Amino acid sequence: MPVIKVEGLSKVFGKNVKQALKLLEQGKTKDEVLKQTGSTVGVNRASFEVEAGEIFVIMGLSGSGKSTLVRLLNRLIDPTEGHVFVDGEDLAAMNKKDLLRVRRTKMSMVFQKFALFPFRSILENAEYGLEVQGMAKEERSKKARTSLEMVGLGNYMEQYPSQLSGGMQQRVGLARALANDPEVLLMDEAFSALDPLIRKEMQDELLILQESMKKTIIFITHDLDEALRIGDKIALMKDGSIVQIGSPEEILMNPANDYVEKFVEDVDRSKVLTAFNIMKRPETVNIDKHGPRVALERMQKEGISSIYVTDSTRNLKGYVTADDAVIALRSDVKSLAGILKTDAPTVAKDTLMNAIFEISYNSPVPIPVVEDGKLLGIIVRGAVIAALAGSVEVNLTHA
Amino acid sequence: MLNFMENIKELPLADWVSIFTAWISDSFAFLFDPIKNEFGDGLEEFADLLAAVPPVIVIIIVAVLAFFLSGKRFGLAAFSIVGLLLVWNQGLWEELMLSFSLVLVASLLSVVIGVPIGILMSKSKTAESIITPVLDFMQTMPAFVYLIPAVAFFSIGMVPGIFASLIFATPPTVRFTNLGIRQVSDELVEAAEAFGSTGAQKLFKVELPMAKATIMAGINQTVMLALSMVVIASMIGAPGLGREVLSALQRADVGTGFVAGLGIVILAIIIDRFTQSFSTKKA
Repeated sequence: MPVIKVEGLSKVFGKNVKQALKLLEQGKTKDEVLKQTGSTVGVNRASFEVEAGEIFVIMGLSGSGKSTLVRLLNRLIDPTEGHVFVDGEDLAAMNKKDLLRVRRTKMSMVFQKFALFPFRSILENAEYGLEVQGMAKEERSKKARTSLEMVGLGNYMEQYPSQLSGGMQQRVGLARALANDPEVLLMDEAFSALDPLIRKEMQDELLILQESMKKTIIFITHDLDEALRIGDKIALMKDGSIVQIGSPEEILMNPANDYVEKFVEDVDRSKVLTAFNIMKRPETVNIDKHGPRVALERMQKEGISSIYVTDSTRNLKGYVTADDAVIALRSDVKSLAGILKTDAPTVAKDTLMNAIFEISYNSPVPIPVVEDGKLLGIIVRGAVIAALAGSVEVNLTHA
Repeated sequence: MLNFMENIKELPLADWVSIFTAWISDSFAFLFDPIKNEFGDGLEEFADLLAAVPPVIVIIIVAVLAFFLSGKRFGLAAFSIVGLLLVWNQGLWEELMLSFSLVLVASLLSVVIGVPIGILMSKSKTAESIITPVLDFMQTMPAFVYLIPAVAFFSIGMVPGIFASLIFATPPTVRFTNLGIRQVSDELVEAAEAFGSTGAQKLFKVELPMAKATIMAGINQTVMLALSMVVIASMIGAPGLGREVLSALQRADVGTGFVAGLGIVILAIIIDRFTQSFSTKKA
């Protein structure tokens, strides 16, 4: 069951809300609704599901409604229409008391400009969420300390926010959100105010933290690189509507419309595509069954000058070249073991393409993609270049 | 056509106000009388108590406070010592204490009344749109005018003086409280809400602490306005330095008037610096 399920969620600001909703239902755009009713559409009938432990990125340019959408999720903004189910409870229909409970125990938020309380020490900031629950001083301070240590700020508890750098302040923001041990973390442009190097560092750190904490994270960003880097799933927003939801590769490779395509045009593909995306099915020979003759025949048939050798369970043994196979045949050698070469560099299926590029440049043979010693596929140098140029079909479904 | 006003009867506005004031004075006598008597007695006792403390001790306490409040600097402390000694030397100590107690009580009441009203204004647009013109009215009406109903309600002495200065001096506290809370950044308010704060938690844990410096600036203004009422209130019998100024005026005695006025200036500077130090500290 998904942790968060959003159904037909809309937010219209201004008057004539009913009329605006009606127009949206008829498929009118944000601009048309504004012209006809004077109301601004924040979010237009958004629907999506977020599974537990997933990083769900909502991305769009400013004015696309992404910040409004995330605020509808914890009802900092009341939705005009639709439902937000968190663990099966509908937040949109909830009374104040239940809403407080959900905010206190299930969802925390990290803000773009950190939103730390300047008159409180770092420790007191991290304690805030627990303090409003009425937790005893000692207990909340212990939890806040743990959470601050987790983000690497163990030595700064008594400082004040103004004494810390931007990156460190956002760590406090993260620690404050984690101190309640929420299921869901809402991160609103959490790293956008940081300079690029620190931003990348924080992204890495979030991914490392996420490996151990397995929170459900909704991450808002306007930066596609960031979305592709950290997102398990990405929802692209435009004019209040979600235009595409998918994995980073799906978004990148099969843009749903011109808007998405334009968006992903400038992305550095080498940072997104993996070995799995560009490998192809290899021709192999079985070392237990085949000899140099079969190897040579297959090479001739495929027009290649080397072939990979596996055993019966597809464990990669090495490769043989056509030249060696001819020599072996002439001297009547029956086994491939004698001419087997094992100097080919291997890559894992999630190796990024910018790493593969360098390897393929130095390798005389196609690069084998290996998992647990088994051969999954091979990458020829041409495929690397073609994929970088964006002119090739790629594999999208993960094995 | 130009004389059309001649055909219209003059509205008896002044009469209405008089009748209204008399009605309030009569109807709420049950409220005003105890205030006049009990509160008035309490005030006098308080003023007497202050005046009974040996001046040396008061001066030392003020100097020490000044030293620490001004961030361990000697300027304000030295000024306080010299200024207060001068007032004492001029035989105006008791008057100084009386004026001080009037300002203190009026300011405290202004804050107690003004801050909650300011909070109400910041939370409700309706409240803001109703209260703002009332505040404008309170501040622009000449302060002397408040003396008349003050006397009607509380006869003469310290109590009507405090009443008049309450009306005149409360608006800045209300305005600045409202402004201070409205100035708290949206993101901080959202943060407070996102972590599940109740309305009261949001107010006391986030908004008021954030607005503190602004509110203190408003309180500083209130105190200064209350001080300016010291002379005006003396016209309805409020004792203190103001009364000295007033009697010097009536006798055209420049010297005495100047000395009493100087006493007010010294009091004003000390109080101003004291209250300012609260608003600038740890911003």
